[in-house]
Amino acid sequence: MTSETKKTVLSIKDLKVDFETATGTINAVQGVDIHVQAGETVAIVGESGSGKSQTMMAAMGLLASNGRTRGEVIYEGRNILGLPVGKLNKIRGAKITMIFQEPMTSLDPLYTIGRQLAEPMVVHGGLSWKAAKAKALDLLKLVNIPEPERKINAYPYEMSGGQRQRVMIAMSLANDPDVLIADEPTTALDVTTQAQILDLLADLQKRLGMAVIFITHDLGIVRRIADRVYVMKTGEVVENGDTGQIFNRPAHPYTRMLLDAEPTGHKLPVPDSAPVLLEAQKVAVEFELDSGFLKPRHVLRAVDNISFSLRKGQTLGIVGESGSGKSTLGRAVLNLLPAGGRVVFHGQQITGKSRAEMRALRKDMQLIFQDPFGSLSPRMTVGQIISEGLMVHEPSLSGRQRDERACQALEEVSLDPAMRNRYPHEFSGGQRQRIAIARTMVLKPELVVLDEPTSALDRTIQKQVVELLRDLQKAHGLTYLFISHDLAVVRAISDTVMVMQRGKVVEAGTADAIFEAPKCDYTKELIGAAMLTQQQMMETA
Amino acid sequence: MTLTATSSAGAPAKGRSLWDDARDRLLANRAAVASIIVLLTIGLISVFGPILSAHHYDTVYRDYVKVPASLEAYPKPEQVEPGFMSSAKRARLTVETFEREGDTIVAKVTSSRDIDPRAVLYFDRSDLFKNTELTDMSADNKSATVRADINFMHFYFGTDANGRDMMTRTFIAGRVSLTIGLLATFVAISIGVLYGATSGYLGGRVDQMMMRVVDILYSLPFIFFVIMLVVFFGRNFILMFIAVGAVEWLDMARIVRGQTLTIKRQEYVQAAEALGVADGGIVRRHIIPNTLGPVVVYMTLLVPKVILLESFLSFLGLGIQEPMTSWGVLISEGARNLQGAPWMLIFPSIFLTSTLFALNFIGDGLRDALDPKDR
Repeated sequence: MTSETKKTVLSIKDLKVDFETATGTINAVQGVDIHVQAGETVAIVGESGSGKSQTMMAAMGLLASNGRTRGEVIYEGRNILGLPVGKLNKIRGAKITMIFQEPMTSLDPLYTIGRQLAEPMVVHGGLSWKAAKAKALDLLKLVNIPEPERKINAYPYEMSGGQRQRVMIAMSLANDPDVLIADEPTTALDVTTQAQILDLLADLQKRLGMAVIFITHDLGIVRRIADRVYVMKTGEVVENGDTGQIFNRPAHPYTRMLLDAEPTGHKLPVPDSAPVLLEAQKVAVEFELDSGFLKPRHVLRAVDNISFSLRKGQTLGIVGESGSGKSTLGRAVLNLLPAGGRVVFHGQQITGKSRAEMRALRKDMQLIFQDPFGSLSPRMTVGQIISEGLMVHEPSLSGRQRDERACQALEEVSLDPAMRNRYPHEFSGGQRQRIAIARTMVLKPELVVLDEPTSALDRTIQKQVVELLRDLQKAHGLTYLFISHDLAVVRAISDTVMVMQRGKVVEAGTADAIFEAPKCDYTKELIGAAMLTQQQMMETA
Repeated sequence: MTLTATSSAGAPAKGRSLWDDARDRLLANRAAVASIIVLLTIGLISVFGPILSAHHYDTVYRDYVKVPASLEAYPKPEQVEPGFMSSAKRARLTVETFEREGDTIVAKVTSSRDIDPRAVLYFDRSDLFKNTELTDMSADNKSATVRADINFMHFYFGTDANGRDMMTRTFIAGRVSLTIGLLATFVAISIGVLYGATSGYLGGRVDQMMMRVVDILYSLPFIFFVIMLVVFFGRNFILMFIAVGAVEWLDMARIVRGQTLTIKRQEYVQAAEALGVADGGIVRRHIIPNTLGPVVVYMTLLVPKVILLESFLSFLGLGIQEPMTSWGVLISEGARNLQGAPWMLIFPSIFLTSTLFALNFIGDGLRDALDPKDR
């Protein structure tokens, strides 16, 4: 669009995708035009359900069996849409490659990294195993895997998420592709790893000169790496243009809404006179690993002597990368895991209490999970899910009273109570998280541990959920233990923040102190990786 | 990635459960729907067939031993005269003239002695004739006219070696086989699901203990077990349930335990624990409903297995007792008479195999309906 000097490598013209389902036809993509030039990075942005992934999946002929496509996908002057699989395979996987969101499941756990890299080169490229292995090693070096000579013989489970994503990238580069389609490649990764992967992609593009189509819901990433942006909403491109133009002069209201979706605001501090609700002293959790008959005992300290105290109405944010022990700490505080140390809730020591003894206390201390898809039982209606806690803790209530309370709870989280007879799979991620919140709120708890409650949600939904949580806190005087790797969300909701690394607290203080003036290197690194994108967004806003 | 359905504009108050979805997918599966219809037909025939049939399942027709299946009525025209002659001979009457007028036989008979009016009983006792009467008795009581109606009967599936109607027997056998199949399956599934879910959910040492018990029961040879039961308690119907149920729940327990192990790691189970729900409630409300998919599928495969087991036991002579019968018994008799009377094997086999086919197709259909691959 800007410089016609460069050659357009892939162009999608008026692509439509329909899905035939039992409940009718779903028009997932409704006439989309996208083109990408050599050496260019194009981002497709949109919330989940906007059809951005389906557009690229359709272009690659990877739709589910009930999908129907119309339109044109032109690669090297040829329409590749609807080509038979045999011909398509010469292009896809070789000249147009894809990397996906889940590095954990994209690799076969039974084969070594080297073998998985080399196999397509042997099968499709006609190389010998030896040559393929050598090329695989080069690829691993290209994507900056530490110790490539050793890692080539490693199995996927021996690698971290970031390393696996690097392997996936290496795999997609094996045949010198013209176009690399990256479908949310960093969503499942920690902020620091995410930054590294983005740098790697930018670097590779510069060196290899391929075109990159980047599908994401995260505008921070777009700002950072994309030349041009397509904004998609409900199967249509609502706006497209240069990155600067989109960010500085967004024309479509939807784009403006996306740009404005960063959780904002601060929580009002709680007076010092508020009573202490929860006190944790030297909480420690250990997991025994592989302790076999003859093997020496190997102990992993997931949580290492952590102490804190929470006043009523306060929110403590716990920040850290995956594996830092923050979720384990949350569960240890609720006595869902055997833990050392002492946890005092309401003046009562709860560590060491049996499950039966804890049961009465469970009403006042609740847990909300990260994955709104996994935390609701698929065979129960929403009403049953919400009123289950009442059945346990207030057995004297009649069925009708329970139903009323469930309705109130649904209204409180701004969901229509008429939907209580539906099943969880009929709701979107954000609605499900609201249901999960309603399930805890119906019991009127005092302490809620929120384990990454917004991580699986889109930015715009995140903002709404954060606002909902803040409103509920204000209305009921709730105390939150907010666990997240998302610094923007933590900042918007917390009074005090604890930064965890490898089971230890590396820094703690008020939210402002931590974010304005971080002392510890690790904190600086975390903030650097996350804030780089946000600062840029602040400037544009 | 979730897609927004354009059709979900209106918000119905009632939700579509996963079961509703599964039902729709099952009804879209032609083989499964056809199988359900076949199975229902066989079920209805087995329940009502014996009531509606003209024959009782244990009535013996001595004149019709091993007659072939036929759509025409018995007796066949050529059977009538010999049948009449032999009845007359038994009544010590000499037949002078024999005439057939439509469905009645008119015959002049003589005897060297006085004709006893009770001689008609000899004709009525035969399965071929009814309403026999003596008329035109001569003055010396030595000759008379016998009028007898031909007693038409249909044996659509033929008769067995004792002259019992195969159709009624096949229907009544269906009752027995299906009852055993369903009840024993129900028993096996109830025990298996409860046992497996409890074992899997409690885990640890309890799980180890419970599963070792299962292993021990597995190691008992089934036939040996049944013979022991028969020796101690004699042969009876209830014993079949116990024997079959006691063996078949073991598989179910293992399947459900495996399912439970994965389900208990799910967040909704952790969420229930965090809510303070007691173990019983978690197993009942969260674990068992979520294992039911594989259980339902396994059930449709277990019913045929149980029917076959019963047939096998009956084949060995350890099952159902005469005159009650089951498909297994009928088939075993049929196999013995295959040379002279193939219909004795064919008809029960058709019923058994179509039931088994139908159940297997339904099982396949349910498996596809309950865990679709791309959703």
